[in-house]
Amino acid sequence: MYGLCDCNNFYASCERVFDPSLEGRPVIVLSNNDGCVIARSNEAKRLGIAMGQPYYQLRELMRQHEIAVFSANFVLYGDMSRRVMNLLRQFVPAIEVYSIDEAFLDFTGMNAELFDELGHRMARTIRQRTGIPVSIGIAPTKTLAKIASKLCKRYPKLAGCCLLNRPEDIEKVLNRFPIDEVWGIGRQWQRLLETHGIRTAQDFVRLPESWIRQKMHVVGLRTWRELQGEACIGFEQMPTTKKQIATTRTFDREVEDYEELHRRVAQYTGACAEKLRRQRSVCGEIRVFILANRHNENRPQSYESRLVKLSVPTDDTLELTALAARMLRSIYRKGYGYKRAGIVLSDLRPKEGQQCDLFDMADRTKHARLMEAVDALNMTYGRHKIRTAAEGPEPFKMNRNHLSRRYTTDWNQIIKVKA
Amino acid sequence: MESDPKPLKFFAPEATESTELPLAESTVHAGFPSPADDFLEGALDLNDLVIKHPEATFFARVEGDSMKDDGIVQGDILVVDKAVEPYDGCLAVIYLDGEFTLKRVRFEAAGIRLIPANPKYPVIEIRPDEPFEVWGVVNWVVKPV
Repeated sequence: MYGLCDCNNFYASCERVFDPSLEGRPVIVLSNNDGCVIARSNEAKRLGIAMGQPYYQLRELMRQHEIAVFSANFVLYGDMSRRVMNLLRQFVPAIEVYSIDEAFLDFTGMNAELFDELGHRMARTIRQRTGIPVSIGIAPTKTLAKIASKLCKRYPKLAGCCLLNRPEDIEKVLNRFPIDEVWGIGRQWQRLLETHGIRTAQDFVRLPESWIRQKMHVVGLRTWRELQGEACIGFEQMPTTKKQIATTRTFDREVEDYEELHRRVAQYTGACAEKLRRQRSVCGEIRVFILANRHNENRPQSYESRLVKLSVPTDDTLELTALAARMLRSIYRKGYGYKRAGIVLSDLRPKEGQQCDLFDMADRTKHARLMEAVDALNMTYGRHKIRTAAEGPEPFKMNRNHLSRRYTTDWNQIIKVKA
Repeated sequence: MESDPKPLKFFAPEATESTELPLAESTVHAGFPSPADDFLEGALDLNDLVIKHPEATFFARVEGDSMKDDGIVQGDILVVDKAVEPYDGCLAVIYLDGEFTLKRVRFEAAGIRLIPANPKYPVIEIRPDEPFEVWGVVNWVVKPV
């Protein structure tokens, strides 16, 4: 049996833990630079605020309702996530952290009669100890566990846990569950299924295997089987090293100047390379992208990106920064108001055990020592203390006008209690 | 002789995590090894003493003097444990009238009483129908002397 524990409106819930006056009020959390909405409390959802909606579009709504707005406080959310995950580990033999607010649970070898009670106890304990409300779904497959967890959100009476195990219950649920909300059914498949009149998960299950295999291949077949209670997606217990490392930012204003864009991209490259070294990987590919303002129709629109494959995988900031600059130079165009840029490192592999390239001209040992020294200094004296010249004198400030305190990670920002 | 058709397989060591282990203090010398090496124990950690439930523990700073007769004054740091069920007579952080407050909690038949430790402050009575939330129970106070 599998479980899925999903924290309800996680970022908004984190803010509420430390400011209980937000209970019952619409709460929204904005992306880096206060660009758009990345989390909503139920009250905010009911006002029709959409995921990803640009903040400036909400002005009218803000005037009419008392909406609490927060800049994303990832330091706080990360710490609260760690607490929730550690609690989950105390209840089941293994968990697979799926995202900052979601984890799969492995119930192998546990008494099936106790699942329901155990799930409810987990939900209660997490709520009491961290203040975070969670929805736990328990079912024979991961895909069904996801559905069960969503049911908890829809039906508060379930009190945070839904056990979906008996075939007749599963069928009853699938009969009413929209196919586009099923885990693994992307927008493209949703469109395909819609044209064939498939609306619910049960409609989908009734399709013949050959049809699924032909139109949706093995991946679709996996979802089809999982919905019928046959576990096809295994449990990954080991925290997998990331397959991709990215730093992307929306700017606080439009940027036309090449020099400034260059500095920003160099900063993202530096941050990515540091993350890469921290997980002891090297990357075989680097991508740069820049995006002109999409929300300003009077300006020319543009999205440009370049990818370079490296003949020798690397984790060297200097090498990656030079490559990023070359790519940026080739995609930058004068006269565009750029609003977003990013660096994506992919084709990641473990640093140890890399093959040498006979024609490699770089002195990798020397550079590795340099990077080690840079990382050590930045660890001791603070981030960005040692950086490439391309990054410029100081990091660009993010617009975070609604940032809450770092209640759990900074002694100067802990909760204040009136006595 | 039949050749083995299996291709060679290469393995690369995975080294994605580092684990720090306690080191025995004495390095290898020709002399006598430290007799204490066989008796190494971890040093005392204050966290072990004051934090019973790490996931449920939060720190808070005191502002005000209403609890001064209990020895809790401005600037002291409270170790708040949300895992502990509030009990009669516990010291607790309470969310009341839009702010966090520190008081001693009495559960009585007529309702809940929040008791200060300073005669200048009144006892706060909570009627059974009033909304009331104990945010966490205070187990320890950290303060300079």
